[in-house]
Amino acid sequence: MSVHDHAMPAPVGGRLANPVTVSCAVLIGVAIAVLGVRFVSGLGSVTNLNDGYPWGIWVVADVVIGSAFACGGFSVAMLVYIFNRGRYHALVRPALLASLLGYTLAGVGVLFDLGRWWNFWHILWPGYASPNSVMFEVAACISLYIVVMWIEFSPAFLEKWGLHDARRKLDRMMFFFIALGTVLPMMHQSSLGSLLVVMGTQIHPLWQSIVLPLIFLISAIVMGYAVVLFESCVAAAGYRRSIEMHLLTPLSKIMLGLLGVFLVVRFGDILIRGALGRAFEPSLQALMFWVETVCFVLPFALLGSEGKRRNPANLFLAGVALMLGGVLLRINAFLIGYMTGEGWNYFPSVPEMLVTIGMFAIEVLGYIIITRRFPVLPREDHAAAAAH
Amino acid sequence: MSTRREFFKRALTGSAAVAGAAVCPPVQARSNAQISPDAVGLLFDSTLCVGCKACVAACKRENNLPLDYNTPDDSPWDLPLDTNARTFNVIKAYKDGAATVKDAEQGGYAFMKSSCLHCVDPSCVSACPVTAMTKDPVTGIVQYDADACIGCRYCVAACPFGIPKYDYSSPTGKIAKCELCRHRVKDGHYAACAEVCPTGATLYGKVADLKVEAKRRLALKPGQATRFPRGNISGGPDRSWEGAAARYIQRTYGETEIGGTQMLKLAAVSFEKLGQPTLPDRSFASQSETLQHTLYGGLVLPLVVLGAMAYVAKRNVKPAGEHDEEVRDERA
Repeated sequence: MSVHDHAMPAPVGGRLANPVTVSCAVLIGVAIAVLGVRFVSGLGSVTNLNDGYPWGIWVVADVVIGSAFACGGFSVAMLVYIFNRGRYHALVRPALLASLLGYTLAGVGVLFDLGRWWNFWHILWPGYASPNSVMFEVAACISLYIVVMWIEFSPAFLEKWGLHDARRKLDRMMFFFIALGTVLPMMHQSSLGSLLVVMGTQIHPLWQSIVLPLIFLISAIVMGYAVVLFESCVAAAGYRRSIEMHLLTPLSKIMLGLLGVFLVVRFGDILIRGALGRAFEPSLQALMFWVETVCFVLPFALLGSEGKRRNPANLFLAGVALMLGGVLLRINAFLIGYMTGEGWNYFPSVPEMLVTIGMFAIEVLGYIIITRRFPVLPREDHAAAAAH
Repeated sequence: MSTRREFFKRALTGSAAVAGAAVCPPVQARSNAQISPDAVGLLFDSTLCVGCKACVAACKRENNLPLDYNTPDDSPWDLPLDTNARTFNVIKAYKDGAATVKDAEQGGYAFMKSSCLHCVDPSCVSACPVTAMTKDPVTGIVQYDADACIGCRYCVAACPFGIPKYDYSSPTGKIAKCELCRHRVKDGHYAACAEVCPTGATLYGKVADLKVEAKRRLALKPGQATRFPRGNISGGPDRSWEGAAARYIQRTYGETEIGGTQMLKLAAVSFEKLGQPTLPDRSFASQSETLQHTLYGGLVLPLVVLGAMAYVAKRNVKPAGEHDEEVRDERA
């Protein structure tokens, strides 16, 4: 039992070409074609960005939401290494891989959206970089975190290539990278909320708040656990492996506790600022606020009892609800609740959406290739295999 | 049981650190930025504007701006409807009902200038991550450097007046906004819009002088005869003309809005109706920067959290291979 629970990671193996990976490759090809047009003819040629809405889904979905989805690695690593819950160790590498891909793509995705991308290095260059800007903090932190995550994940490559000496050397310093890997996402996930503070009254009162950094941070950690639930269920189904219920059930309880903290902060803030009345107006913003809230409250109904937490379907649905809640919080705060004056509208164009879909396809494809060829997922050993 | 208690203890310390990091009191609170004594700006008096748009044309000419996107190529004249990547300045009209009486809110019409207000504490400058948007320490002009800009458009999103605009039609698009004709100062010129304004509705000068002039006009009785300066109030020849004072709304827009702006506006129709947003006195830039510098000032807080995390992680991270034993210990 113990051996099965805490098996060392091993490559899943199997063929790389299958309907899922081929579909991903096609979607990636389409996204590259759209980006080709964008870089030749400008942002206006493929996006619906306009003078009222300078930021669209390439910022909000690819970067703000993409990086929050990628908080699984940070959330689980914190649980295992900071709160010393060694039992969740098997979840670290797969979660870290998803995070690594998510963040790396968020970093690359920024370049597609930058109107003067060839100057991107200015943001980290003394003389240009401005510490007064929240975006500087986000950019510096995310860049550094991507490097830290590759270092955290590198044992998977070192093991595969038999570089045991390097692996041992790295192990001695790993605690520092793990610590850095918890502090950096705390910094930039909160700052992704702080980005909106300078926009002042342009952001609807249901979302504009000085505690946005705390709201974005807690929601990102909760989303991290939700993504782990979701991924574990999908990976188990996709690779026909057993679901790690003995880990996911207690994990979901921790997630629920943190979700409770989130809701207290979120509603406490709205009440203290006296903005709750705005949630009862006949407006799109109020409607979206309630849809967002339902997504955040639903997991209490789905996972309220120990029995429900032992049901994989409930874990999956609660994970999906929370991911959706986190998505809506970010879309609402950045786009639906962004009131830039009358007459301006934004809804992403099809090419714009194709790029975002292509970005997620890269993540799925990367996850499949790396888990099939590198030691990431815990080994399904013969004991467990025989039980099938 | 001890591990369980320890878990909650750690969870509590961790949460406290996180909560502290996010909401601890603003130790380095900064208030609104102060205006430079030599700051220059504009005074726009809606009651003097006749809607001729000479300022719109002059702005385009002096800044080498192409035809607006709204303007068909064969049009006899340019038709910008709003500021954008090709238009730094427009005059917008307010109309109500039959629109017969000038400066009447009901059944009347009025004009309003839309261009950069050159905030004393600009959101766009605070937002810019690469110092491409800066505020001149002497003149207070909010200026843009395309060579530094990365095109992130945070300034566009941040401006509460919707002024900086990005050119989406170009693969090398720039941010576009009024820079108060700072490129013309060396030739003895000043803002082209004020230079050409036939009625002095757009008046250039030092903000201190413009504030005195605004106060003087607000003190006039409606219909009272007075002289209205034109061009540059802080220098140059006297080009003033005699006219009658309007029934002003007793408010100078831009005096206090988000910490004040270097463009001041007077009107006889409410500023809300003229499309001017209602804004608090505290600048959004100071709120955002207070938050950032509270969290990251001297990197104190991140380093403290990093130290704590590294200490705990050092105790908990076991080199590969030792992990299974640790698990067995936990189970025992």
